[in-house]
Amino acid sequence: MFELNVNGQSHQVDVPADMPVLWVLRDVLGMTGTKFGCGIAQCGACTVHADGDAVRSCLLTVADAVGRQITTIEAIGGTPEGARVQKAWLDLEVVQCGYCQSGQIMSAAALLKRAPKPTDTDIDDAMSGNICRCGTYVRIRQAIHAAAEA
Amino acid sequence: MTYMAPTRRNFLKVGAALGGGLIVGLRMPGNARAEAAEANAPFAPNAFIRITPDGKITFIMSHTEVGQGIYTSASMLLAEELEVGLDQIEVEPAPPNVALYIDPNLGEQATGGSTSTIAGWGPLRIAGATARTMLVQAAAQKWRVDPATCVAARGVVRRGANGGGLTYGQLATAAAALPVPKDVALKPPSAFTLIGTPQKRLDTPGKVNGSLQFGMDVQIPGMKIGTVAACPVRGGTLRQIDEEAARAVPGVIDVVKLDDAVAVIGDHYWAAITGLRAAAAQWHDGPHGGVSTAGIIDALKQASDSDGFTALKRGDPHAAIAGAAKSLEAVYELPFLSHAPMEPINTTLHVRPDGADLWVGTQVPPRAQAAVAKNTGLKPEQVTVHNQYMGGAFGRRLDVDSIEQAARIAKNLSYPVKLIWSREEDITQDLLRPYYYDRVAAGLDADGKIVGWTHRTTCSWVMARWAPPGMKEGGKLDPDTVEGAMETPYDFPAQLNQTVRSEPDGVITAWWRGVGPTHNIFVVEGFVDELAAEAGIDPVDFRRRLAARNPRALGVLNLAAEKSGWGRKLPKGTGRGVSLQFAFNSYVATVLEVSVSDRGEVALHQAHVAADVGPVVNPDTLRAQLQGGLIFGLSMAMFNEITHANGRVLQSNFHDYRVLRMNEAPDVTVHIVDNPTAPIGGVGEAGTASASAALANAIFAASGRRLRRIPFATGQLAETGRS
Amino acid sequence: MKKKQFFFDRKNPKTFARFGSLPGYRRVSQETKVFCFFFSKKKYVLPLLLLSSSLAYAADNGEYLTRAADCAACHTKPGNVPFTGGRAIKLPVGTIYSPNITPDKDTGVGNYTDDEWVSALQRGVGHNGKYLYPAMPYNSYTLMSRQDALAIKSYLFSLKPVHNQVPANSLSFPFNQRWSLWFWNQVNNPAHRFEPDTQKSADWNRGAYLVQALGHCGQCHTPRNWMQGLKQGDQLAGAKQQGWLAYNITSDKTHGIGGWSDADLRQYLSTGTAPNHGPASGPMAEAITDSLRYLTAADIAAIVTYLRDVPPQTSGPPALLASAKTATTPDPLGVHVFNDACAGCHLPDGQGRQSAWASLAGDHSVGDPAGTNMLQILAHGSELRTNDRLVFMHEFTRSYTNEELAAAANYLTTTLSGRDSQVTAADIAAARTE
Ligand code: FES
Ligand code: FES
Repeated sequence: MFELNVNGQSHQVDVPADMPVLWVLRDVLGMTGTKFGCGIAQCGACTVHADGDAVRSCLLTVADAVGRQITTIEAIGGTPEGARVQKAWLDLEVVQCGYCQSGQIMSAAALLKRAPKPTDTDIDDAMSGNICRCGTYVRIRQAIHAAAEA
Repeated sequence: MTYMAPTRRNFLKVGAALGGGLIVGLRMPGNARAEAAEANAPFAPNAFIRITPDGKITFIMSHTEVGQGIYTSASMLLAEELEVGLDQIEVEPAPPNVALYIDPNLGEQATGGSTSTIAGWGPLRIAGATARTMLVQAAAQKWRVDPATCVAARGVVRRGANGGGLTYGQLATAAAALPVPKDVALKPPSAFTLIGTPQKRLDTPGKVNGSLQFGMDVQIPGMKIGTVAACPVRGGTLRQIDEEAARAVPGVIDVVKLDDAVAVIGDHYWAAITGLRAAAAQWHDGPHGGVSTAGIIDALKQASDSDGFTALKRGDPHAAIAGAAKSLEAVYELPFLSHAPMEPINTTLHVRPDGADLWVGTQVPPRAQAAVAKNTGLKPEQVTVHNQYMGGAFGRRLDVDSIEQAARIAKNLSYPVKLIWSREEDITQDLLRPYYYDRVAAGLDADGKIVGWTHRTTCSWVMARWAPPGMKEGGKLDPDTVEGAMETPYDFPAQLNQTVRSEPDGVITAWWRGVGPTHNIFVVEGFVDELAAEAGIDPVDFRRRLAARNPRALGVLNLAAEKSGWGRKLPKGTGRGVSLQFAFNSYVATVLEVSVSDRGEVALHQAHVAADVGPVVNPDTLRAQLQGGLIFGLSMAMFNEITHANGRVLQSNFHDYRVLRMNEAPDVTVHIVDNPTAPIGGVGEAGTASASAALANAIFAASGRRLRRIPFATGQLAETGRS
Repeated sequence: MKKKQFFFDRKNPKTFARFGSLPGYRRVSQETKVFCFFFSKKKYVLPLLLLSSSLAYAADNGEYLTRAADCAACHTKPGNVPFTGGRAIKLPVGTIYSPNITPDKDTGVGNYTDDEWVSALQRGVGHNGKYLYPAMPYNSYTLMSRQDALAIKSYLFSLKPVHNQVPANSLSFPFNQRWSLWFWNQVNNPAHRFEPDTQKSADWNRGAYLVQALGHCGQCHTPRNWMQGLKQGDQLAGAKQQGWLAYNITSDKTHGIGGWSDADLRQYLSTGTAPNHGPASGPMAEAITDSLRYLTAADIAAIVTYLRDVPPQTSGPPALLASAKTATTPDPLGVHVFNDACAGCHLPDGQGRQSAWASLAGDHSVGDPAGTNMLQILAHGSELRTNDRLVFMHEFTRSYTNEELAAAANYLTTTLSGRDSQVTAADIAAARTE
């Protein structure tokens, strides 16, 4: 039994210690906003926040997550950065297929929290771990700047 | 891929929906079954528009949403003529029904080849206008006034501009009883209020807060989750597994062995994948255990010595080249490619003795339905397809191999199961874009004019496998292999296009974003650039001369050149490359600026894309598609190739099948040529098709190095440094 | 280096399944299990050691000893059934293939008598008087007691015999002449058993036995003489083996492990990482995966006690201080590649996220300006299994060019160690083919 705090709510989950948080969220807690893309920390589709840091939930084991506050795409709109990012995403129509966007938004929200007025280099550093197969990078960059101005 | 089905004239048929309401859809004449089904029309979505008495307006989407924004664009076409706002409607995916939802360009109910907007442009507007006409008619009858005095707007029909009104919901039942008008008038472009304006996409709000459900996210009560390993060599079989070890993993529920694959089912994916690893499947490689990339290329090279099928011969190109002042020849190569959509392959299936439910994101719902039927012994109509949003497809979901496999697994299970392929499985078991081995030659006269042009491609013919009716010339030509090569924007006085079929051992080939043009435009535009250099003429000027009699081509070329500052001086090591194309019925010119360092690293700076697609439905989506499509193509040109050794694919995940990242992607600006009266073109693949030539040409401009083999970033530049 | 297709194929998962517990699935701690063995299974008398502390080391059954001696590492070809041999071991003079040591009579060790077995382990002379190649560390195992050798045999003989004919060795003359090993043995194999130092504690002696005999740590960590024998005076001073640098693990404060705390050392040996020392990789990761993680806390502590006392040596790159940072401007290509491929797990500053294994701060390998081990990791990846997880990194060679990887390696080393790193594209190219 592990106690996992997700979006301010505590959950008791009876899963193996090495089970990644990604699958706990998706298959045990039924929260499917966090996506599976690669399973090896290369794509960023599974990005969530652990105590405010953007982490790859496909490699974050449940044992390591105990005691940390996990925030997912389902709740990021409740933070000021998350809300601004989501709004900018819609204003600029960033999204295409959308599959990568939960992760992109989580990375972007973590970036804005750390660097409220990010430079292009800050954006490169923070966002290059998130792949978008549809190629929405041009708009992601614009939207992050827009969210920072908002 | 554009092939025309035997022309069947579509006509509109309107009927009453059970429970009242109005359904408008396309009907194929003489389809007795479909007509009979409609006689006692179920309250089921079997047409494009459904209006129920409670006022709910639903658009049924015959094309599937893979991220290209078609749900929004198609809705705009319907809503424009129906006179409703996009905020007043809901969309839902069409069920498999070829009779109703055929894409005439593809010859079946399918989404691909950048044909969706082309296919919908006429019929969807007619469907909307027909429904609106009948609703107005119904109102006019109620009020006993001339329909011409009634005005429809935002889902309400009013008597005169300011009169009282009846909603579409209130009118739906009465409208459904009316005869179908024969010829409805469509709005002139000047009257459009939606078409041509940037509209917010309907599917995006749920994609920014995690609430939208993709196929991967389907949750069915009682569902279990499984994962699969198929034999890493095509045609091989399962030798043995350690079933005991798999079942010993906590959470594992079932192990299903197929001839060529093994699936482990568990409470969650982690149990399933852990169980699958514990199963440590071992394989008999079968006949293709020796397949290697080198062997496949050798076979293609050899096959390229024969003439193959001559798709086009104009003049005497061989003589023209032989007599030319200068001649040039080259070999261009494009590798096998995996689709690697962001959402790995997944299928959710519940097979019961009397029927099955399938939840999947597919570009071909009828094929998906048939795949389940065939592998379970059920009848197609017993299989319900719940089409899902797709996290990209790029052609991958035009095939149903994974659905067939899922059916073979799920029929052994009594519960609904979601089968997820790991990314490793997704890449290694993908059906691949063909390897292309192209030989081109051309002659220039003393003025630098092209006098003769020959182009022979040697490759697998996807059409022969995927849709034999799409073959041309009595089955002797796969038209896709020469698309973008035969019809260029240019005048070549003498031209020869040949295609040689050579099927690779142990590899199944498939459609890939940009299809024929993605292959051929790289070759044609790369070689045209070589000829420009040989002639000592600026690449844009060289193309201007070649396309002198093609005003739309010139239009986009000049626009892209102007916006990119073509001709303006650049620092050493930096260069611009241009590519011009006619594909998917659209004209596109791309100018890309890159720099190449002394060590051979390529940095992508800025792209300007000019497009003339005829009428524009949603300009913002058009821009997005060209931006994303170009970046998708640049990923391919820079990094992507699938290689084989011992019959196995050597790449497995994004670390060795790289995708351009934020820090590597160029800025992309799109410029639209307004051309509302031209035939409408597709755009989902146009950017991808233009990418590799623009990049190869830019690298040449920056470094003097001519690259003819994709991918570029494999040390090709560093091998010899800048020259 | 082994070829891999998927990360989960790299090492046969069966290895772990067969060993009784998939780590992480049974939340029974190693101690608990060992404790059970003590009461339920046949207890071996500890080799030459004092029974007073036998309780602490009570894990001496054949399975435990087989793990401590890490037989699986060499005698399993990745992807195959454990102990069925066939793993290629590349030597300067050719390639040899580890034999099948399941009790199969045709292709395995099923015909070994007890005496032959003990002779193989202690003298390198096996069934029917055949000389073994010293890739088999019998010059370490020679210190093993007969009881322990036979305990290992009885464990292996309790396994299912698997018929697996391994490929023939391909050695050049004169190395293909097994009889010539007689001479080698005269010089390089002392052929004597471990003798406890009565001046030292029981703990120290147990540690010495584990390090010298079973764990055969010196096979990697002790430099070799011209005959490929172990240099006796330079015990554990660090050496290069099959492309990897096995670091100096003497008690020297700067070059060895003298600066590590006991707790860090224990954690590293059991789990493959410790705060400010980075993760184990390559052969050390294999040693942890296959062997060290199974050892009892008492045995790990004993190893630490012994290592503390190994005479200091000053060879090899000095250890890295976790706080070291460079002031030089990084190569933009290195930054670019690092952001692309590495920062996702290691973070732009290399401090790592989500698990301790991703932190490279203080890692010996990023403090080595020659980048020896980093090259191997970039070229071949690394994988480590602990008792509760699989930690892995992919090989990044296929889609990155030599230049890109060299730049990334230099960026990482200079950023994290402040040392001037000079890895070249040619170094990467060489590592790829190793
Ligand atoms: S799924 Fe976690 S990074 Fe790709
Ligand atoms: S929007 Fe499709 S992968 Fe990013």
